[in-house]
Amino acid sequence: MKSWTSFLAATAIVTALSLPAFAARTDLVIGIPLEPPHLDPTAGAAAAIDEVLYANVFEGLTRIGPSGEVLPALAESWEISDDGAVYTFRLRSGVTFHDGSAFDAEDVKFSLDRARAEDSVNAQKILFEAIDSVEAVDPATVKITLRHPQGAFLYNMGWGDAVIVAPESAGTNKEKPIGTGPFRFENWAKGASIRLAKADSYWGEPAYLDKVEFRIVPDAAAAVPALLSGDVQAFPFFQPDGVAQIEGDPRFRIEVGATEGETLLSMNNRKAPFDKLQVRQAISYALDRQAIIDGASAGLGTPIGSHQSPASKAYVDLTGAYPHDVARAKELLKEAGLENGFKTTIKLPPPSYARLGGEIIASQLREVGIDAEIIPVEWAQWLDQVFTRKDYDLTIVSHTEPNDIDIYARKDYYFNYDNPEFDRVIAELNLISDEAKRNELLRQAQKILADDAVVGFLYELPKVGVWDARLEGFWKDAPIQANDVTKVRWTD
Amino acid sequence: MTAYLAKRLAIAAITLALASMVVFAVLEIVPGDPARVMLGMNASEAQVGQLRQQMGLDGGPLQRYLHWTGNLLSLDFGRSYTYSVPVIDLIAERLAVSLPLALIALSLSTAIAIPVGLYAASRRGKAGDAISMGAAQLGVAVPNFWFALLLVYLFAVWLRWLPAGGFPGWSAGIWPALKALILPALALALPQAAILARVTRSALVEVLSEDYIRTARAKGMPWRKVLWGHALRNALIPVVTIMGLQFAFLLAGTIIIENVFYLPGLGRLIFQAITQRDLIVVESVVMLLVATVIAVNLIVDLSYALIDPRLRSRP
Repeated sequence: MKSWTSFLAATAIVTALSLPAFAARTDLVIGIPLEPPHLDPTAGAAAAIDEVLYANVFEGLTRIGPSGEVLPALAESWEISDDGAVYTFRLRSGVTFHDGSAFDAEDVKFSLDRARAEDSVNAQKILFEAIDSVEAVDPATVKITLRHPQGAFLYNMGWGDAVIVAPESAGTNKEKPIGTGPFRFENWAKGASIRLAKADSYWGEPAYLDKVEFRIVPDAAAAVPALLSGDVQAFPFFQPDGVAQIEGDPRFRIEVGATEGETLLSMNNRKAPFDKLQVRQAISYALDRQAIIDGASAGLGTPIGSHQSPASKAYVDLTGAYPHDVARAKELLKEAGLENGFKTTIKLPPPSYARLGGEIIASQLREVGIDAEIIPVEWAQWLDQVFTRKDYDLTIVSHTEPNDIDIYARKDYYFNYDNPEFDRVIAELNLISDEAKRNELLRQAQKILADDAVVGFLYELPKVGVWDARLEGFWKDAPIQANDVTKVRWTD
Repeated sequence: MTAYLAKRLAIAAITLALASMVVFAVLEIVPGDPARVMLGMNASEAQVGQLRQQMGLDGGPLQRYLHWTGNLLSLDFGRSYTYSVPVIDLIAERLAVSLPLALIALSLSTAIAIPVGLYAASRRGKAGDAISMGAAQLGVAVPNFWFALLLVYLFAVWLRWLPAGGFPGWSAGIWPALKALILPALALALPQAAILARVTRSALVEVLSEDYIRTARAKGMPWRKVLWGHALRNALIPVVTIMGLQFAFLLAGTIIIENVFYLPGLGRLIFQAITQRDLIVVESVVMLLVATVIAVNLIVDLSYALIDPRLRSRP
C-alpha cells in the first residue's frame, strides 16, 4: 500500500516537473483595436493591415527592425552606384510564396512596377516616385535605376506598402494574402479575428509560435477584461487610460515605448489670424505640454518642440523654444493687434488624444484670450473637411508615418505652410544618402519649423504594450506600424 | 380580414420606399469620401480620384439612387467598397450572430418579465410587489453597456465561466458559440425585461379588478387558473405591443452590445461601415433593419387577432 502511494506521488512529481517542458505554449491571441478593411498592404493606408501582415506574412526587399534600422529581408545584400542612382539587389535563393510558387527577380519587378503604375492605388505611391526603371537582370538580381539619388530609398523599400507580392496572387491578396513570410494566412472571420499559422517552408529562421490569432477588440473598456480573463494574451497597442487597471498585476508586463507619431495642434497657416507669425508663436507659448500629456495620454509621452521623433538620431530638442508662458503669449497677441483675443474653432477627430487633448488645449488658449470652439468630427469627416478641403482653423492629429518631416514641404498640404528656405533643405535632403549629412539637414529643418511655429508641437505618441509576463519578443517601440511576432515566444 | 391584410401590406411597402429615400439622402449629406478614407493622408488627390472611379462612386445622386433601389428590388445588395465582397454575403455572415443573439435576448426577457409581472400583480401592495418592481426600476435605469461590463467582470474575469467577448463561430461547435452569446444576450435582455415586467404588472392589475375575474373567483376557480387563464390572456395586448416596440430597441442595442463584446454581428458591421464610409453597406443594412421592424410590427398587428377573437370579425 505504501509503495503504491509513493509510486503515485513520484508519478505526480515527474509529471509536474516534465509538464513545462512539453507544455511551452505555441499559440497566441493578440488584441487589435481596428479591423483591417482588407489584407493587402499594398492597397490601403489603414495601419491595421500592416499591424497584422507586415513581417509576419509579407516581406519586402528590406525590412525595418525593432529600433527603426534598415535590415536585409528578401534582398540579402545590395550595391549602390557611386552617383547614388543605381541600386543592385542580390536576392535570397530558395524562397517560396505560401502557395508554393517560387520567388525571383520577376516578382520584385512586378511588385514595384505595379505600385508605381499610372492606375496604382498604393496609398504610399510617393515612396516609389524616384524609381525610373526596374530590371530583372537574372533570377537572383534586380537593378533599380532612380531618376535622382534618394537618401531614404532603402528605408522606403522596407515599408509595408513596398512588400513583394506574386503576379499569380496579387489580385486576391485582399481576401487571401499570399506572401513569403514566416507565417501564412489561415483564415479571416470578418468582424472577429484573423488567424495565421507557421509557414513550414519559410526560408529563414522559423517562428516560435505555431498559431497566432489577431482578435478584434474595438472597445477600450473591453480590452482590460479580455486580458484579465486570459482570452487575449497581448495588446501591443493598448489605450493608455487602461494602464491604471493593469499596473501592479504581476501577471502582466507593461512596456512604454516610442512611436513615430508626432502629435500636433495643426494650424491653418494661410487663414487669418494664423497667417501671422506672432499669433502662431502666442499659441505655442500658451500650450502647457505636460498638462496635455497628463490629461490626454495618462502621463505617457515625450514632449516635442519640432517634427522629429526623440528616438531618432537626428533629433534636436527644441521644446525650450516656446516654454509655457501666458504673459509672453498675451504680449505677442497684442503685437499682432489682437489684444482682446479672438474666436476660433478646433476640430477634433475621434482618437482620445485628440478629444481629451482638445479640451485641455481649449482651456489653455482661453487663458491667453483665445476662445476656441470645440467641434468633434468623425475620421472620414476629418479627412474630407480638414485634410482635403483645408476647411479648418485648428485641429489635433498624430502624424504616424515614420520620417515624415518632408510633409511641410509638400505643396497644398493641409498645414498651408510655405517657406522656400525649408523646401530647399528638404530638396537637398532627398539627394543625399550620407547619414551624417542627412542628420545635419534634418536638424536644420526641425529648427526652421520651430522658428516659424508652423503648428503647436505637442508630444510623441507613446506605444503602450501590455502582454502576459511569460511572453517575450514583442517590439517595445513602434518605428513603423507593425506587430512583428516572428520572434515572440512563451518562456515556460 | 383580407382587406385588412392588404391595407397593412400597402402601408408597409410605402414606408419602405420612404425609408429608402431618407436613408439615401442622409448618407448623401454626410461628409466623407470612402476613397480618401481607404488611401489615408499620404495619397495625392489624383490617386484618390482614380480609386473613386474604380469603386464606381462617380455619377449623379439620382442615377445612383435609382441604380441602388433597382438592384434592391431584384435582391442585389451591391458590393462593399471596403471589403469588395457582395454585401449580401456580409449580411448573411453577420446575421448568423445577430439573429440568434436577438432571439435569445427576446426569449430571455419574456421568460423573466412575464412571471415577474404576474408575481408582482398578484402580490399587489405587498412586500414581494415592492421588491420586484424596485428591481425592475433599477433595471430600467441601468444602461445596458454598463451592465454588460459588470457581467463581464463577474462571469469572465472573476468566475471565469464564460468568455469576456469574441465569437468563435458556429463551426467551432454549438456550445462554444452559445457560450459566447450568453452574456451579451443577458445584457440586452435584462433592461428590456425590466420594462416588460412593469407593463405586464400594470396591465394585469387593471384586468384583475374586472368583474369577470371576481365572478371566476366567486364560482371557486383556483387562483392560479384565474391568473394564467383569464387575467393574463386579457392583459396580453399591451404586453405584445411593447414587445414589438422593444424589438426595434433590441436591434439598436445590439450595435452597442456587439461593440462591448466584440461580436461580429450586424451592429458591428454597420458601426464599422459608417466610420469607413462604406455607404453601400450602411444603406443595405439599414434597409434590412427597417424591413425587419416593419415586418415585426405587422406580425404584432396580426397577432392581436389571435389573442382577441373579437378583433377577427373587424372589417
